[in-house]
Order: sequence, then structure tokens, then C-alpha cells
Amino acid sequence: MEIQRYVPTQLRPARQMRADLQQIEQASSLDGVGELRSVGEVSLYGPGEKAELLDLYRQMYLIRRFEEACAENYSKGNIRGFLHLYIGQEAVAVGVMSVLRPGDYVVTHYRDHGHALARGVDTNRAMAELFGRKTGLSKGKGGSMHLFDASKRFMGGHAIVGGQLPLAAGLSLSCTYKGTDDIAIVFFGDGAVNQGTFHETMNLAAVWKLPLLFFLENNFYGMGSAIGKVRAGGTDFYPMAESYGIESVLVDGMNVLEVREVMANAVGKMRAGGGPQFIEAKTFRYVGHSMADPARYRDDSELAEWMEKDPLKTFPSLLLARGAAVESDLEAQRESVHQEVSAAVRFSEGSAKPSPHEIFDDVYA
Amino acid sequence: MPTLTIREAIRLGLDEALETDPSVFLMGEDIGTYGGAYAVTAGLLEKYGPDRVRDTPISEAAFIGAGVGAAAGGLRPIVELMSMSFALVGFDQIVNMAANLRYMSGGQIKAPMVIRAPTGAGMQLAATHSQSFETWLAEVPGLRVVAPSTPYDALGLLRSSIKEDNPVIYAESAGLYGASGETPAEYYEVPIGSAKVCRSGDDATLISYGHGMPILYESAEILAARGVSAEVIDLRSLSPIDTGVLVDSVQKTGRVLALDTARRSGGIMAEVTATLQEQTSDWLDGPVVRIGAKCAPWPYNREMEQGSLPDAQDVTGMLSATYDL
Repeated sequence: MEIQRYVPTQLRPARQMRADLQQIEQASSLDGVGELRSVGEVSLYGPGEKAELLDLYRQMYLIRRFEEACAENYSKGNIRGFLHLYIGQEAVAVGVMSVLRPGDYVVTHYRDHGHALARGVDTNRAMAELFGRKTGLSKGKGGSMHLFDASKRFMGGHAIVGGQLPLAAGLSLSCTYKGTDDIAIVFFGDGAVNQGTFHETMNLAAVWKLPLLFFLENNFYGMGSAIGKVRAGGTDFYPMAESYGIESVLVDGMNVLEVREVMANAVGKMRAGGGPQFIEAKTFRYVGHSMADPARYRDDSELAEWMEKDPLKTFPSLLLARGAAVESDLEAQRESVHQEVSAAVRFSEGSAKPSPHEIFDDVYA
Repeated sequence: MPTLTIREAIRLGLDEALETDPSVFLMGEDIGTYGGAYAVTAGLLEKYGPDRVRDTPISEAAFIGAGVGAAAGGLRPIVELMSMSFALVGFDQIVNMAANLRYMSGGQIKAPMVIRAPTGAGMQLAATHSQSFETWLAEVPGLRVVAPSTPYDALGLLRSSIKEDNPVIYAESAGLYGASGETPAEYYEVPIGSAKVCRSGDDATLISYGHGMPILYESAEILAARGVSAEVIDLRSLSPIDTGVLVDSVQKTGRVLALDTARRSGGIMAEVTATLQEQTSDWLDGPVVRIGAKCAPWPYNREMEQGSLPDAQDVTGMLSATYDL
């Protein structure tokens, strides 16, 4: 989806961005949400905006509902292994993907369902992969942590923390090597920042001026470890990029429009040959690290605070407040999502399991 | 027929690939301006420029992984490691990324790349620079592993490796870069997965690869002087192993010795000898014989290092002891 109608504004220096965010956080109540971003006012009244804005809502709701269905089916034993849910972080994936073009490469971490769906991966095949079925994206060989759809240039789903960053650097190199203005984006969490591959890839991308967008989803916990316990230097990461000469911004990861705006700015610069960019989104997962985790290491009050900013509450409220949608529009989207997810579960339940004879398929090209 | 060293044969193969295939590019530490730690890539930067002969930071995980990504993006990168021992720093990228990518994507993605690395002991580089991890990597599904011991095979295997659609570990015996031999001027390839009978014989089968081959040739000469006719086989490919050629030979000779210049324990020759025990036990005159380097870190001191490596006396001695040859 192109978003040419969003005129990229001047990218604000990271520290200015941080100050803005603090104001936003202070003003963050449901009533005030319509006032959060001027870009919202511009975009909401642009021609043809309504369908696109509704689609952002639909995608976020699709991810939320898909993840809830995953949890249900994990409890039923239809999904096994490690299952990491993305609930709470939807605005990040949806805001990011809405700015990318089909030729861009997307590489992500193991909490990958939301990115896959926002990238337009088939819901049935994504769910079937979690069910371990032959009709799954990876024919049942990858599972939750390893979703791939090469036709969408969605290049995984990677489960070694930080291991996906060099891969994305190589994909971005292939874009410039071929003389295109396509880019690669790599998602990673706050936990990956302490891996060597993070620093190595930042350096390589800067030295080679690669069109690689580093997108940090800072949800404040690496599994059960709060950032402050495992990292020297506080809970902000974006200033680190400056030491590699990479421009960086901080964005409210609960605000899909703000994510879109900073993405459009960063991607525009990268397509023009500006080299790598870095975006840190502050966000929160409402559930545990995986289905095995009751999240006892954090306070309920912290979760409650973040849920106040839930994009699936604040964004539809904004749409209603701005007259971009009426309640029946939202209800229609939710109904369509419920049908889509139910159909994906039925598709998965009805799909054949792979045969043990296929163990050796696709080991080699 | 031109005579080339292994170093020159590899350089020729790289040059030829850069010349003929625009999707091929090289990257590694000091392969450009410096010309490569072992001078394999000397002159290629000047000929093809910095986009295709890329000097990297000392950052193995990043540039091995970037090679995988570039391959997944449709290019054919050839990545040079300064030492096979340095593969450890990027092991996650080789195993979890290069080797697993195709499988865990259900066959959607391929990673056609070559990782070249000098390997093996013998140059007094001590524990961290002398290891032969091609034997570890040979166990990993999704990878191909080759190891030439002659200029002919170096060029022929490099051509096949660059055309291969899977990631290939191309292990270059560091002690053999200067070894010379005849290399045909006309184009040829050596297929991955094909062992080579280098010397025919009837009394015993001797198997090795890379730096072990000169030891086997010397052993075969000693045995010939005793009237024992040894068949000498170069594996050339550690993954897949050309089991058929090995089995045929052992069924003929009834005796087998496999030599590894890597550590004996858990080495590739453990796999080779176990397979032969399974498949040729009815033909064997005695137990399979496996020799290799001592199971200790590589020492620096020359006498200690040479003492750790197997030699022709070990080969002939073990054949005498086991098969009374």
C-alpha cells in the first residue's frame, strides 16, 4: 500500500522526538487522543482516507483476533511448541507495513505473526503453519517462530535473538547491488540489542550505506528480564544509533499514525540513497513472553497503564471522534475479521498433516 | 596443459566467475586492497572494483549473515573467512541461517553462496588458528562441504560450488596453497559429492582429503616398496560423502584405513569408517582403521605440532598391526 498522500515532514532529531513523546504520554487519555498528532488531522480529512484508515483498524483487529485464536488453539493442543503472541504491539506492524512496497524485504524475529499478517500473508496459510499442516506457509516445517512468504518478500521469522540482523543487511545489499531503490527492514526487540550481531550489523550497514531500516520494538522485557536489569544505559536505545552515524527517532508504538509518519520519513530518505535509518518504537506485549509464561515479573499496574493506550481502543475512538468512521463501519470490520479468523482455523483443522516421507524435502535446493 | 598452484587455481576460478556472472561478488576481511591473508584474491579488486570485491569489517557474523541475505536476495556471494577457526564467530549464521533457511521456509528460499576458508594445522599457528571445522559442518543438513587437495580439483570444485544452489563450505588446506599441478585449459567441473581414486591398488584402501592426501601418497610409496599395493582415495567432498566409491574399493581390497588431519575424535573419518563397517563388514579382513590428529588443542611448538599430526609411519604402522600388511 502506498501512502503518497502523507507528505513526509522533516524528520525530527531523536531528542526532540523524545520530548514530544513525553508530552504525548502526559496527555495520554482517551479523550485527548484526537489531539495527539497533527498528521492525524491532515490525513483524516484527506480525500479517500476513510477506507485506508478503516483498513489500518481492520489489520490491527485481525492481528489481535488471530492471536486470540492462536491462544485458544494452543490450549486445545492444536498448536504446540513455543508460541509468542504479539497482542498489544499491533500498531507497530500495521503502521510499518502500510508504508512499504511489494519489492521491499521484511525480516523479523520470532514474535512474527503480526508482521506476517500486516505484510499481507495469507491468513489461512499462516494459521495452518501453526497447526503444523501441509498447507502451512512452510509446509509445517517452520511453526510459529519461522513464518516465511517469499512471494511477499517476507523473509522470516527468526528465532535466534539478533541472528536476523545480518540476513537483513544482505537482503538490503542485494537491493542496491541490483540498482533498485527497494529497501529491507529488520525488526528486533530490546533483548537483541545486547547481541553482537546488532552492533556488527549497525556498523556494516553504516559503512556500506545500506538501505536497511533497523526497527526496534522496545516492549521493555526480554523474556522475563526488565531492560534495566540487563542493560547499562537506561531504557532508550535510539541514541545508540547516533554513535554509528545512523539517524534515529523514537516513536509511540501504540499510535499507528505516528508509526506511519516516521516510517514514511525514514523510508523516503533510504530510497533516495541516504543509507540506514533507525526507529525505536515503545510498545508493550499484554501477554507473557510465550504461552508458558504467566508474566509474574511485572506489575499488573504497568500492564494496565499500557492498556490505556491500546491501539484497538484509541485508534477507533479517534476515527469516530474525527468523523472518519461510524460505529457500524467498525463493527463491519470486526465481523469480517471474525469470519476470516474462523475460516483460517477451519482451514487449518481440515488441512492434511505432512507425511513423514516429506522429512527430506527442501533440505537442499 | 598449464601448471598452476592451488592458490592460482582458486584465483582463476574466482576471476572467471566474476567475469562471467554479474550476480557473483566476493567479500571478506582484507580480500581487496591487501589481496587476502593468503593472497588468493590478489589483483581482483583492481580488476572488478569495490562493489564486487568487498573488504569487510572484522565482523564474521555480520558478513557471513549478509552473504546469506544477499544469496536469498538473488545474488551469488563468495565469502572468504581468514581461517576456518574464525567460522566459530559466525557459526550461528552458517548453521541456523545458511543451512536452515531453505528447510524452515518450506523450500521457498535458497541461499546459493560459497564460504571459502583456509583450514588445518601445520604452520605453527597454535590452538585458535589451526582447527578444521569443515568436519563439524559436514554434519549439518543443508550445507555442502568440499575440500580440494590438487589445483585440478580446486578449480573444478570451485566452479561447481559457485553454480550450486545450496550453501557450500569450500575448505582450502592452508598448507597446500603452494602445491602445483596440471590444470586443463579447456573448461571442466568436478561435481560435488564425487570422491576420486587417485592411485589404484588391491591390498588396502587408504582414504583422506585435503592435507591428508600427501601423507597417503607417501604411505603408498612405502607400502609399494614392501610389495603392498594400496588404493588411495581423495574424498574431495565431505558432504555428501561418495559412499559408493569407498564401498567398491573396500569390497575389492578388504582392508581400509581412513586418515584425518583434524582431531580423530568425532571427525569425518569416524563417519566414513562407521559407514564402511556397516556396508562392507563381510568383505573386511579385520576392523576398520581410523587415525587422526591427537585429541588436544593444537600446540605452537613445531615438534609438538608435528607430533600431533598423523604421518606416513602412523599409516603403515597401523596397517601392519591391524592387517599384518
